[in-house]
Amino acid sequence: MAELTELGISEARDLLAKGALSSRELTESHISAMAESSALNAMVTETPEIALAMADASDERRAKGGSGALEGIPLAIKDLFCTKGVLTTAGSHILDGFRPPYESTVTANLWQAGAVMLGKTNMDEFAMGSSNETSYYGAVQNPWRRHGDNRALVPGGSSGGSATAVSGRFAMGATATDTGGSIRQPASFTGTVGCKPTYGRCSRWGVVAFASSLDQAGPITRSVRDNAIMLGAMAGYDPKDATSANVALPDFEAALTGDARGLKIGVPKEYVLDGMPGEIEALWQRGIGWLRAAGAEIIDISLPHTKYALPTYYIVAPAEASSNLARYDGVRFGLRMPGDDLTEMYENTRAAGFGPEVRRRVLIGTYVLSAGYYDAYYLKAQKVRRLIAQDFRDVFASVDAILTPSTPSAAFAFGDKADDPIAMYLNDVFTVPANLAGLPGISLPAGLSDDGLPLGLQVLAPAFDEETMFRVAGLLEEAAAFNEAPTQWWRSR
Amino acid sequence: MVEKSLMNNYVEGDTGPWEVVIGLEVHAQVTSQSKLFSGAATAFGAEPNSQVSLVDAGMPGMLPVINEVAVEQAVRSGLGLNAKINTYSVFDRKNYFYADLPQGYQISQYLQPIVGEGVITVDLEDGRSRDIGIERLHLEQDAGKSIHDRHPTKTYVDLNRSGVALMEIVSKPDMRTAEEAGAYVRKVRTILRYLGTCDGNMEEGSMRADVNVSVRRPGEALGTRAEIKNVNSVRFMQQAIAYETGRQIDILEAGGSIDQETRLFDAQSGTTRPMRSKEEAHDYRYFPDPDLLPLEFSDAFIERIRRTLPELPDAKKQRYMDAMGLSVHDAQVLVSEREIAAFFEQVAQGRDPKIAANWVQGEFFAQLSKAERDIADSPVSADQLGGLIDLIADSTISGKIAKDVLVSMFESGQDAAAIVAEKGLKQVSDSGVIEAEIDKVIAVNPDKVAEFQGGKDKVLGWFVGQIMQATKGKANPQMVNQLLRGKLKA
Repeated sequence: MAELTELGISEARDLLAKGALSSRELTESHISAMAESSALNAMVTETPEIALAMADASDERRAKGGSGALEGIPLAIKDLFCTKGVLTTAGSHILDGFRPPYESTVTANLWQAGAVMLGKTNMDEFAMGSSNETSYYGAVQNPWRRHGDNRALVPGGSSGGSATAVSGRFAMGATATDTGGSIRQPASFTGTVGCKPTYGRCSRWGVVAFASSLDQAGPITRSVRDNAIMLGAMAGYDPKDATSANVALPDFEAALTGDARGLKIGVPKEYVLDGMPGEIEALWQRGIGWLRAAGAEIIDISLPHTKYALPTYYIVAPAEASSNLARYDGVRFGLRMPGDDLTEMYENTRAAGFGPEVRRRVLIGTYVLSAGYYDAYYLKAQKVRRLIAQDFRDVFASVDAILTPSTPSAAFAFGDKADDPIAMYLNDVFTVPANLAGLPGISLPAGLSDDGLPLGLQVLAPAFDEETMFRVAGLLEEAAAFNEAPTQWWRSR
Repeated sequence: MVEKSLMNNYVEGDTGPWEVVIGLEVHAQVTSQSKLFSGAATAFGAEPNSQVSLVDAGMPGMLPVINEVAVEQAVRSGLGLNAKINTYSVFDRKNYFYADLPQGYQISQYLQPIVGEGVITVDLEDGRSRDIGIERLHLEQDAGKSIHDRHPTKTYVDLNRSGVALMEIVSKPDMRTAEEAGAYVRKVRTILRYLGTCDGNMEEGSMRADVNVSVRRPGEALGTRAEIKNVNSVRFMQQAIAYETGRQIDILEAGGSIDQETRLFDAQSGTTRPMRSKEEAHDYRYFPDPDLLPLEFSDAFIERIRRTLPELPDAKKQRYMDAMGLSVHDAQVLVSEREIAAFFEQVAQGRDPKIAANWVQGEFFAQLSKAERDIADSPVSADQLGGLIDLIADSTISGKIAKDVLVSMFESGQDAAAIVAEKGLKQVSDSGVIEAEIDKVIAVNPDKVAEFQGGKDKVLGWFVGQIMQATKGKANPQMVNQLLRGKLKA
C-alpha cells in the first residue's frame, strides 16, 4: 500500500470518485506511514482512531452519493488549530493538556468538505520560529538531506511539522499558518507547495493567535493543483472573525489554465540581496526565463520600502504577540505552576510554560508598546507598514504578479542559526512583506541546490487575486517539472 | 479644619480658601441582551460563570465580534448628551494582568472614542442650573469579578460580567461641589434612562462612578488629582468627595504634596485609601486591537437613531413650563423619571395640566409611597387618576372627598366612579337639601349667628364645617358657602 502515499490529492480524488480506492485504504496507508515516520518528530499527536472513523464515515457518505471537495482525503493539522476534544498545544508547554471544547472554522470547513484528520503537527512554539527548533515537543527533522551528508537539517518553521508530513509522504496535505513566512519558508525547505492566502481569506477563529494582524492559515501540499483544491475547502467568510473578508470564494482550481498570455510579471530589484547564494539568484533567473518562454511579459519593478519590512515585522508581530499571549496565565487552562500569590503564580507559570524564543518576543513586544517607546517603535512601524503596502499597490497597477525566491538559502543544519536570532530572522526576508501588506503568496519547489536540497520560488499577487497567483504558480510548476522526493531514510518498519 | 463658604463654593482652610475641582467617569452598563463582543447573556444575578462564552473566558483562538446593538446604544447616548458622534472610532487593548481579566487585556477605546465632546445642564437645589461639559463617551468591556472572602487562601472568579458592554462617560473637570457632582450623576442617569441605553441601577452595579478630585487656590492652575474608585451611590460619592477634599487640603496646608494615585472608597468608614495596584508598574500599553476593524458608520446611521430619540428631560421640562404653565419645581419633579413624565402626561391628557400635576405630585405620590410601590407597578393607573380628577371637575365630588376616594382606589384598584357610586359619595348640589340643613344649624345656634353678624367672619368656617358634617362631607362646598352667606346676612 506504500504507493498510495505517493498519490496527490487530485489523483486520489479521481480514484475515490471512480470507486477504485476507498478512503479507508488511503487513510490506513497514511496512518502506517505516519507511524513509521516518528523519527522525524513531525507529529505532536497522532489520531489514527479518529482518522479511521472519519474515513469510514466518508466512504459511507460516498456510497450514499454525497461527496465534498476533499472527500476521504487524509490531512495533517498544524497544532495551532483548535480541534474539538483533541490535544492542542501550539508547540508550547503552557498549553499542557489543553483539549479545546471547540473546532476552528478552518478545520471545521475541511471536515465539512469530507477530509480526514491524521493528527496534529509539530511546530515552533506559538508559531515563533523559522527552524522548528523552538517547539516544546522537540525539533522536527527535514526529510531531505544534503548529498553525501548525513547531518539532520531543519524543515523550516513554524509549520515545519506540516511541511515534513507532506514532504515525507505521510499526509496528502496539511494545514499551516503563516505570520511572516511560516508556510512558505518550510514549504521551500521541504520541496512542497505552500500558500499563504490574502489576509481575511481564511478565518482565524479557533486558531491560536500569534500576531493577529499578520496570521493567516493556508495549505501545504505536493502540487499547485492540490493546493488550490485544499485552499478552496479551507477558505470562506466567517462572521465569527471580524477580520474575515466577506468576498466571493472563486474556484481556485479553475484558475490553473496553463495560459501565460497577457500576464505581466514583476521582478523586484530590492529582492537581490548582498551575499545571497548564487544558486538562489540562478533559480530566480530560471523562473523568469520559464515565464517569459511561456509568453508572459517580465517587468522590472521597485518596492522601495522592502528593506524596512523585516524590522517592521519584528516590532509589529512581537507587540501583538505580547498581548495575545497574556491569556496564558495559568488561571483557566493549560499549565499552572503554584506561587504564594497571584503575581508569583503568573511568574512561575509563564517562566516554566514559555520557551526562550517566546519569552524574547513577549519582552520585545512589551517594550515596543511601553509608554515612551510606543511612538518610536510601534507607531513608526505601523507607518512603515502602510508604506510597504502602498509599494505593492503601486506596482500592481502595472503587473499581475511578482516573482521572487522564497528564501535566501536552502534548509540549514540544526544549531546553525539557533544562537543568532538575527540570522534566523533573515530567513523571512522575502516572505515577510506579503504578511505586512496582507497579500497572497505561494512557494513552490523549482529546483535543487548544488548539494541536492529543494529550493522554492515565490509568487505574490494582489489582495484576493489568488487565482492569478495559482495560475502563475501552475505555469512555473509545469516548466520546473520538479519530480524529486526525499529518500525515505527515516522509515522504520 | 475645613469649612464651606456658601458664597463662592470655596472651602475655607486654615491658610485661606480652596477651590475643589471634580471630574467624573461614569461607567454605565449598556442595556443590551448580549455582551459587547460575544453573544453571551447579561442578566443580573445569574449563577456564577453561567453567562460566559468562550470569548469571555479568553480561550485560545477566540475572537471578539462587535455587538451592533451596543454601538447603536452608544450613539444614542451620545446624542442624548448633546455630543459629537465620531463616525470613525477605534478599539484598543488596555493590557494588564488580573485573575478576573481572562484575555489579559480589556478592549476599550483610547485615542479615538465613538463619542466626543458634549454638554448637559444640571439642576441644583437652589433652582440654579449649570452646564457641565462631557469630554467623551467610549465603549469598553467590563472585567469579571474576584471574590476574596469565600476561602481563606483562594480567590473565586465569576466571569458573568466579563465582556459586558460599558459606556464610560468622562466629564470635564467642571464641578466644584459634591452637590454638583451628585446632580450631574443624577442627570446622566436620567438621560440614559430616558434613552433606554442604561437602566442606571447603581445597586446592581449597572452604573458606577470613578471620581477625580483635586483642590487648588482660587484662580490657580489645576492641582494634582486623586481618582477614587468603588463609589456605587450618589451618597457615597458625596461622602468620598468631602473626605478627599479634607484630606488633600490637610496635606497641602501641612506643606505636603498630593500623589496622583487611585484610591478606594471604603463605605464603612466613609474614607478613601490608596488602592493596591493591579500591576506593579501602571503601563497599560494601549494599542489598536488587531482582532477588530475600526468602527465606521455613516451619517445616515446617526440620523436614523436621532429620529428615534424620545423627548429628553430638558425639552420636556421646558414644554411643561411653557405650554402647560407648570412651575420650575413641578416640571423638574415630573421629568425626573421618564415613567413619571409619561404617567403625568397621560393624566393631563384633556385635563387642566396644573391640576393634574398637583394630583400626581401630591396625593398620588403620597399614596404610592405609602403603598411602597413604584410608578411602574402603581395600583392606580393614570387613566384611573384622570377619572378621579374628572369627578372633581364636574362637581360630582369635592376635592376633599376625592382624597378619600383615592385611598380606596389604592386599596381596591377600583375606578373612582364605582367607589363614589358604591359608597354614595356623590356631592349634594340640591339647594333645597342644603338650605334645609343650613336652616337647622342656624335655628339651634343663634349665638354663632350673632357673632357672624357682629363682624366675626371666621365663624363662617364653623358653619361650613357643621353643614359638611351633617351631609357627611357630600355637600357642594361652594354652594354651602354661597347659601350660608345669604342666610346669615338676612
